[in-house]
Amino acid sequence: MDFAPLWLSAKLAFTTTLILIVLGAPLSWWLSQSRSRWQPLVQTIVAMPIVLPPTVLGFYLLIVLGPNGAIGGWWVTLTGDSLTFSFSGLVIASCIYSLPFAIQPMQSAFESLSRKTLEAGWTLGASRLDAFFSLVVPLSLRGFLGAAVLSFAHTLGEFGVVLMVGGNIPGETRVVSIAIYDQVETLDYASAHQLSFVLIAFAFVTLFGVFFVNRCWQSR
Amino acid sequence: MSYYRTAFLFLFLIPLQSLAEDGLTIAVASNFQRAAKSMAAEFSESTRIPVRISAGSTGKLYAQIVNGAPYDIFLAADSARPKRLEDDGIAVPGSRLTYAVGSLLLWSADSTLNEGECLETLESGSYRHLAIANPLTAPYGRAAKEFLQAANVFDDAMSRLVYGENVAQALQFAASGNATLGLVAASQIKTGISVETRCSWEVPGDMHEAIIQQAVMLSASNSPDAATKFMVFLQGSRVAAILKSHGYKAPD
Amino acid sequence: MSSIKLKYTVQKGDFRLQVDTEIPARGITGVFGESGSGKTTLLRCIAGLERSSETTAVHERRIGYVFQDPQLFTHLTVRKNIEYGMRRNRDATNSVDEVAKLLEVECLLDRSTDSLSGGEAQRVSIARVLCQSPRLILMDEPLSALDDRRRDEVLPYLDKLHAKSSVPIIYVSHNIAEICRLSDHLLVLDGGNIVAEGGLQSTLSRIDLPQIGGRNAGAVIEASGTRYDEEFDLTAFDFSGGEIVVVGRHDSELLRLRIEASDVSLSRTPAESSTILNILPAIIESLAAESSSTELLRLKLGDEMLLSRITRRSRQQLNLKVGDKVFAQIKSVTVRH
Repeated sequence: MDFAPLWLSAKLAFTTTLILIVLGAPLSWWLSQSRSRWQPLVQTIVAMPIVLPPTVLGFYLLIVLGPNGAIGGWWVTLTGDSLTFSFSGLVIASCIYSLPFAIQPMQSAFESLSRKTLEAGWTLGASRLDAFFSLVVPLSLRGFLGAAVLSFAHTLGEFGVVLMVGGNIPGETRVVSIAIYDQVETLDYASAHQLSFVLIAFAFVTLFGVFFVNRCWQSR
Repeated sequence: MSYYRTAFLFLFLIPLQSLAEDGLTIAVASNFQRAAKSMAAEFSESTRIPVRISAGSTGKLYAQIVNGAPYDIFLAADSARPKRLEDDGIAVPGSRLTYAVGSLLLWSADSTLNEGECLETLESGSYRHLAIANPLTAPYGRAAKEFLQAANVFDDAMSRLVYGENVAQALQFAASGNATLGLVAASQIKTGISVETRCSWEVPGDMHEAIIQQAVMLSASNSPDAATKFMVFLQGSRVAAILKSHGYKAPD
Repeated sequence: MSSIKLKYTVQKGDFRLQVDTEIPARGITGVFGESGSGKTTLLRCIAGLERSSETTAVHERRIGYVFQDPQLFTHLTVRKNIEYGMRRNRDATNSVDEVAKLLEVECLLDRSTDSLSGGEAQRVSIARVLCQSPRLILMDEPLSALDDRRRDEVLPYLDKLHAKSSVPIIYVSHNIAEICRLSDHLLVLDGGNIVAEGGLQSTLSRIDLPQIGGRNAGAVIEASGTRYDEEFDLTAFDFSGGEIVVVGRHDSELLRLRIEASDVSLSRTPAESSTILNILPAIIESLAAESSSTELLRLKLGDEMLLSRITRRSRQQLNLKVGDKVFAQIKSVTVRH
């Protein structure tokens, strides 16, 4: 059995999750604390990928990440390669596609943090950045966990967007969801069953592991 | 009292009545959709039988039919699926026929290419990506791969191939500028697209196994008479003209 | 720096805080006012938590803040909580153990914060602030979230702090007894403005302020304890106006006695067979009408002031006037320390 699609999907899910947590945390923080009039607008934009059908999202990403697009064109001049049909392009597409799934749990956790706790930290000499890492992050671990789990799972199951932007290139952009789809299309049900089983097992083990560790950590 | 009974019974007759005159539901491979619509229009006009078209990828439609989807006729983009249906008894035996032959087109919308440079660009390898339909799942993809092999450029092109789920997606990759070249169905370009063609080259039919598109009548059809009429219509001369205007070849 | 300048103007919706004053840079300055008078807003301004024109960031001011709720960091142990401020201040001089000893939380150091009682948690939060070695400590009603038992538990530690700490403290409360016990200097706020300020005793004994009238009306006398009567369990205190006898045993050399205006009655001649133990000569310094039936009188006993609340009828009947010599009668059971 060909493990390449599975490996690719796993790589994509991990990379996307990592990027979304690291870059998404400051954005979630801003969304939770800001009283600016732009906040509702940004909030809406962040939530849009949930509402848009993956094919619509994929279609516009194909244009924007393509060599004539705003982002894609810049990428070509920078690296000489196209962004579409590449793993990097998939990562960017996945990040946009799974963005709300990362932002919302983190934002919720931040919002439930008492402002007074932060103020106590500041008066004790912690700068805003210091307070973020020494207080906000440890007290919002649940939000981070939720964000990681959701964006991982969501990216792992991604199909429509990847199909549009990836080009289904073996070893580069043929993720496991497309591989299974192809197998079904060509009536190779045996392989489809096999690959699906491995995917389910992998996802199950990963998610279970995370929840289990979280539980242990809680009752410590 | 009896008045109400009659009226009540009459209510039952109405749906039965419409069933009798119910038109055809035809499952059509996506790439043939436009041609099918034209054909259906002509058929309905002359026979007064309404026709509904349901389009999709051949594989998906096949799976649906196997699982009981209520189509009368299946116009596939290949011959493998109709044959399977016939072998499995889901299609009416003997109803399988070739209704069109597809043409492969090498095409580009890339502004850096000039008219007539498509083949040259392919042969010289001066392109970043070539979009084709997935050879495993789409007949046009399979034909594209065969052509590339016959033209001795397949090894060269392999690292630059991008696969669309179907030929429509392959065209999308090429039309959006993401792939410099695309091997698509001639019918897609013939019927007009919103992107300007920079160059195109019709692949000779002998460079790949013919893209035979076959149709079958389904055993579960509720309107076998109307379906038969349509199957006959498919082989007529009026259909041949429609095929040509949509970029297909008539079966010989 | 002998005094701390407080100058703030803040608009929050309909409420406006406008303050411009100086307070001593040592001891405890009490800030008294009812809810909504701006006490918390003032503290927040000083700490930098309110938007103001001052540019120093909150974390650079080295001002400790004790909140009404302990605000302990639940993901850290007690020890790590106390260390938190200290680690962020290179000039911190106090050690965790010293401070823990002062607040008697040594045995709690390795516990998690959710296992602490309200009183313990508040003591930890005070310890945390002390450990930070701030230049100024702000306390925002630190005892009001505690029940009476816990409050009595924590108060002695505040006394200790008052006695031992060289860091100035601003103590906000709407509880007059706490203010009386702990403050040296007093600020009275109403509707966002300072309506009175000054030394504790002199400000408290003013009769022209409705904010410290009503149930809060009373005076504070500083006295030194002298004799304890074992047979009757009474302690006699000396002050410039004479001797005051208080129930129970009080061991401190110097004590603050709080005497409420309603507990002080007056007579022209000293009663002879009365149960009242404290009958002291006083001079009426000033008087003011309080309600349609009562009046407040300000009395001078030696160097100290006392307030007395009597009915208007009594005042008229006895024909009490400013300058009259009278006798102030204070029941021993009502004197608080």
